[in-house]
Amino acid sequence: MIRFLLRRLVNYVVLCFLAVFFTYVLASLTFDPISLLKAHKPPPPAATIADKVHQLHLDQPIPQRFLTWFTSVLHGNFGDTVYGSAIAPDVWERAGVSFRLFLFGTIFAVVLGVLVGVSGAVRQYRFSDYASTFLSYILIAMPVFVLGTLLKYGATELNYATGSSFLLFTGETTPGFTGSFGAEIWDRFRHLILPTIAIGLGPAGAAYYSRYQRNAMLDVLGADFLRTAAAKGLRRGRVLYRHGLRVALIPMAALFTYGFATMIVGGPFTERIFGWYGMGDWLIIGIQTEDTNLTATVTLFVAVCVLVSGLLADLAYAALDPRIRI
Amino acid sequence: MSESALLTVDNLDVSFPSEAGRVRAVRGVSWQLNQGEVLGIVGESGSGKSVSSLAIMGLLPERARVSGSIRLRDRELIGLSDKEFSAIRGSRIAMVFQDPMSALTPVYPVGEQIAEALRAHDRTRSRESARNRAVELLDLVGIPNAANAAKAFPHEFSGGMRQRVVIAIAIANDPDLIIADEPTTALDVTVQAQVLDVLTTAREVTGAGIILITHDLGVVAGFADRLMVMYAGRTVETGSVHEVYETPRMPYTLGLLGSVPRLDDDAHRPLVPIAGRPPSLVDLPAGCPFAPRCPLAIDACLTEEPPLIGADRAVACIRTDDVATAQQETEDVAELATRIYADQTPLSVRSEPKPRDERELVLDVRGLAKYFPITKGVFRRQIGEVRAVDGVDLDIAAGETLGLVGESGCGKTTTLLQVLELAKPERGSISLFGEDVAELDRAGRKRLRRNVQVVFQDPIASLDPRMPINDIIAEPLRLYDLPAAQVRARVAELLELVGMSPEHAARYPAEFSGGQRQRVSIARALALEPKLVVLDEPVSALDVSVQAGVLNLLAELRERLGLSYLFVSHDLAVIRHVADRIAVMYLGRIVEIGAASELLDRAAHPYTQALLSAVPIPDPSAERSRDRIVLVGDRPDPARPPSGCRFRTRCFTYAALPEPDRARCADVVPELREQGTAHQVACHYPKVRGVI
Amino acid sequence: MILDEDAAAHPPTDDRGPSAPSASRGALVWRRLRRNKMAIAGAVIIVLLFVAAFTYTWYWPWSYTQPDLTAFLTAPSGTHVFGTDNDGFDLFAETMRGLQKSLIIGLLVAVLSTGVSALVGSVAGYFRGWADWLITAIVDLLLTLPGFLILAVLSPTFRGKTWLLFVLLIAAFNWMITARIVRGMTLALKEQEFVRAARLMGLPSWRVISRHILPQITSLLIVDATVNVGGAILTETSLSYFGFGIQPPDISLGTLIANGTSSALTFPWLFFIPAGFLVVTVLAVNMVGDGVRDAFDPSSTRGARRADRRELRAERRAARAAGRDS
Repeated sequence: MIRFLLRRLVNYVVLCFLAVFFTYVLASLTFDPISLLKAHKPPPPAATIADKVHQLHLDQPIPQRFLTWFTSVLHGNFGDTVYGSAIAPDVWERAGVSFRLFLFGTIFAVVLGVLVGVSGAVRQYRFSDYASTFLSYILIAMPVFVLGTLLKYGATELNYATGSSFLLFTGETTPGFTGSFGAEIWDRFRHLILPTIAIGLGPAGAAYYSRYQRNAMLDVLGADFLRTAAAKGLRRGRVLYRHGLRVALIPMAALFTYGFATMIVGGPFTERIFGWYGMGDWLIIGIQTEDTNLTATVTLFVAVCVLVSGLLADLAYAALDPRIRI
Repeated sequence: MSESALLTVDNLDVSFPSEAGRVRAVRGVSWQLNQGEVLGIVGESGSGKSVSSLAIMGLLPERARVSGSIRLRDRELIGLSDKEFSAIRGSRIAMVFQDPMSALTPVYPVGEQIAEALRAHDRTRSRESARNRAVELLDLVGIPNAANAAKAFPHEFSGGMRQRVVIAIAIANDPDLIIADEPTTALDVTVQAQVLDVLTTAREVTGAGIILITHDLGVVAGFADRLMVMYAGRTVETGSVHEVYETPRMPYTLGLLGSVPRLDDDAHRPLVPIAGRPPSLVDLPAGCPFAPRCPLAIDACLTEEPPLIGADRAVACIRTDDVATAQQETEDVAELATRIYADQTPLSVRSEPKPRDERELVLDVRGLAKYFPITKGVFRRQIGEVRAVDGVDLDIAAGETLGLVGESGCGKTTTLLQVLELAKPERGSISLFGEDVAELDRAGRKRLRRNVQVVFQDPIASLDPRMPINDIIAEPLRLYDLPAAQVRARVAELLELVGMSPEHAARYPAEFSGGQRQRVSIARALALEPKLVVLDEPVSALDVSVQAGVLNLLAELRERLGLSYLFVSHDLAVIRHVADRIAVMYLGRIVEIGAASELLDRAAHPYTQALLSAVPIPDPSAERSRDRIVLVGDRPDPARPPSGCRFRTRCFTYAALPEPDRARCADVVPELREQGTAHQVACHYPKVRGVI
Repeated sequence: MILDEDAAAHPPTDDRGPSAPSASRGALVWRRLRRNKMAIAGAVIIVLLFVAAFTYTWYWPWSYTQPDLTAFLTAPSGTHVFGTDNDGFDLFAETMRGLQKSLIIGLLVAVLSTGVSALVGSVAGYFRGWADWLITAIVDLLLTLPGFLILAVLSPTFRGKTWLLFVLLIAAFNWMITARIVRGMTLALKEQEFVRAARLMGLPSWRVISRHILPQITSLLIVDATVNVGGAILTETSLSYFGFGIQPPDISLGTLIANGTSSALTFPWLFFIPAGFLVVTVLAVNMVGDGVRDAFDPSSTRGARRADRRELRAERRAARAAGRDS
């Protein structure tokens, strides 16, 4: 078992490295931060441009640039942005912001998706099944930036209608807010609701899990072992829960990594819309300013997230399915 | 019938909605079962036998409509709530299902699954005590080292072992009634024999009544007290097992008995095929549902469905007297069936060939071996190998059928694929028509390929579903660039040859029944006029009545076209019917080979004897008086075969040997050695024993 | 559950010959599809959207290039049914123009990427070897490196170039997962007896693939192409939302939504109308895709996804195999 996980870990680490390497090379090839500098009016003097080129190591071949950057990353230094400020100091804070967003979003998506999927399968062809199916179709068809804006709009209307301001949708905390520990948590919670819903219902969110869970459960519902369980004299509820759901959860573990990687794509949109300054926001800045170091740093974060989610999924898989325990 | 009936089914009716309309799966069936009695229910697919058993268990899907009455003692079961039924299921009625591979929940240890059945009906029982009882039950059903086995997961068990666990669950609460729905169909014959033994034990221990549902007339013959034959959702004949087998009165029952190949009868008796298929249960026409297929049908049969007349011995047919009259002339039921189905049954057609040594060898396999590597890690480092085929010698003379028989995993399919690849084997040599395939060039291989064709097992999977029959049969012809007109003519000719009509050429495989599709496969194999046809379990996916027709066709084609067959099968009774010579395979090696009659009558290898003994004979008297050999244990893992003789771990001869003699079995791999005439055995201590 | 009922309901025609000529496969699929109300509704919507988008110049007085200088930011009214934006452009004309672009991109990407998937997947599955290894490696890499990220990084290269390049790039990062499914199905088909029979008959490999393997996969490919239309439209809009996709003065639904987002709370029509069109388009495409899937797959429970299930099973097998290796 340990060896299996170690092997997977090595596999993921290699993938992470390749992902970062490719992004770095691609970005280096396509980005041209100097042209942005040149576009300034009046154009900066040639010496300034030459300085910048040197400062960004643009006078070196790409593999060497990557090597330099990557070695410094191993020492905890993520290089500088095109404007010359160090990336490293902000990394942990931004990573934390994104992490909080994804953590709650993922939990929300998985729990809701499994519940809806299972009830859809068990109550196949009933009204609730049709309704949840249709709703998940709409969610699948809705890009996260539409969903996020819609939630924001809805929240405004709701706050207005109830005359309160319970739902907050800008930033992680109210600026300047101080209070007891409990009050701060409460403040954070109110900020967290809408982005969590956006992530949880967005791409590869609850709708994605519920569709797969419904199918997995339908597969299991036809299985012989449920009949054996019923023939033992177990009641229907117990048969479905102890034997059906338990087995139908297994394939979901394999899906989780895919789902999580796709969910990350929703990050930049959600962060932008709700004013969270996390990694997603940084990615957009990185690409807009044509900043290789910044983009590669965010890619590294994404890859590490996928790595962790992959390992978690493997663990869950092993815990759920005795057939792969070794 | 007595007042103390354990189960009374009265006018049971089950129907389902379907796209085509309401399917009346069970139509007014009534019967009783007494305490401790074994009732066999026999029928082909679609006869309603499984549906009625699920109705008794209350496990039909919600959309099923059930009417009539099912009483367990005095308790009416139809209409019970889930809660009420749950209290009965597993405690008073238990069930054993067909496919043991999927009958257990994969994520819980087997002991826990048995304990769950115990605790479901006795809340006061502690976990500890349930666990202990589970171990006792595992021991009872013959699982070695039960205490440890209880902690194992289902995937660690073989099919036979899993079925034992399912039986342990069924008898956990000492039920009054056990329903076994095709409990051995998915298992190898030697394992089937073991499982039937366990069921017998279960019956003795619990004193329960048993309902055994099966399509296999052999299995019920040895096991059931009473028999009920179902057709199109109704009972068509019922009686004691002896009565039904010895004096069948319904033509359908007779046909079934005539269509089964038997180990103990004349090997060249043509089998009785029942033409046609069971009717659709959506819109049953008036009259007897069997009438369209019945050789004795008269106009009266088409007007009204005959009722089941009689009590303990009952038949639903108006022509019973004619059958009875016909039986006065011949005692033998198979003979009787052949006479009544005379129109459909071809005459026996085996001609006397030249002596074997004067004929050319079409296939000569020497020392063939195929190892599959077991690899590990990203770099596919090899850590072991499965010796799927390990030193096989066999040959086929022109015009001869070699039957290659063995249980699943013995390497017979690998052997056959190796022959068909026409490529140099890893080890050993393969010669076809005197040419060593290792020395063939591309053109030579193409030339040889024309002469070796194949028919596969699965009539659904072996034809491309997206191609019309015409293209399927024409494909090999087009490969050799025949002109279009010639191809068309040849396709028509081939369809005629296999007993189909040329008009069928434009249709798709899905429009045909399994038997017809298998005929198309045969037509395709014959397109290039091969000399050797390799048949891989060609009838094992077919119902018996259809199987008979295909077997007859194969026999006829062999005569007409002078073909040689390599016939691979797990079913010795079928092999006996078609083969001139038989080779028995176990774990990658041939253990016995010889002329069919010689080998069957004078089997000398313990495995062959066990295999023969495990094949049930559809004759209650013969079956019950047979000498039984039930093998112990499972087939060993082919990646780790036992040293020396591979069979010794399950061998009764080995077990009975004095210690010093055993060393030879453990150390020396037995080679094939002459045993009498035209008969070779790979055993250190061969001993002829009649087991049929 | 394994019941006799299926066999009883549809017994194959008797051994003497088929009784009635049954409908061809195509007709059968068509009949099933016609019965599916969701799919029909989806198809009608798509046709309407197509017609409306590509013929609007014939029936609509305003063009997306000519602003109405008398009306800035007007709410929907008689003259401008969808209102106008802050430069006075008619929103209906803009939406139709955007829809045109989105639909075309969706179609092109779907056809391109599905074709590539079929080819690469079947070749990899049939011949194994390096192609097989490569696909698996690329799909694994895509797991850690979402296509969105790569496309965003590449966005500077197609700035100012034709949008067709954009189409090619979306397609280039869209085929891998389908290719992997096709590969898995090819592996399974290769073991099927009819393929084995064809091979042992001496049919050359390319003919086995083209005549026996690809035709079996057609239904999956059609379904996949349909679903890809929706996916491609979403990818396009997502990229355009951040300015990484369609560049002004070209218009797509993505650019329109991006422009409308900031004013969603004040001038809701600017956001909700293009967003609504986007959601309805993708929803309709997915409804058709699902209907086609069910029509092709007689055993499918409605709404259940066979291909997904297959993939799930493949995943399960892969995980098990991976487990066994160690």
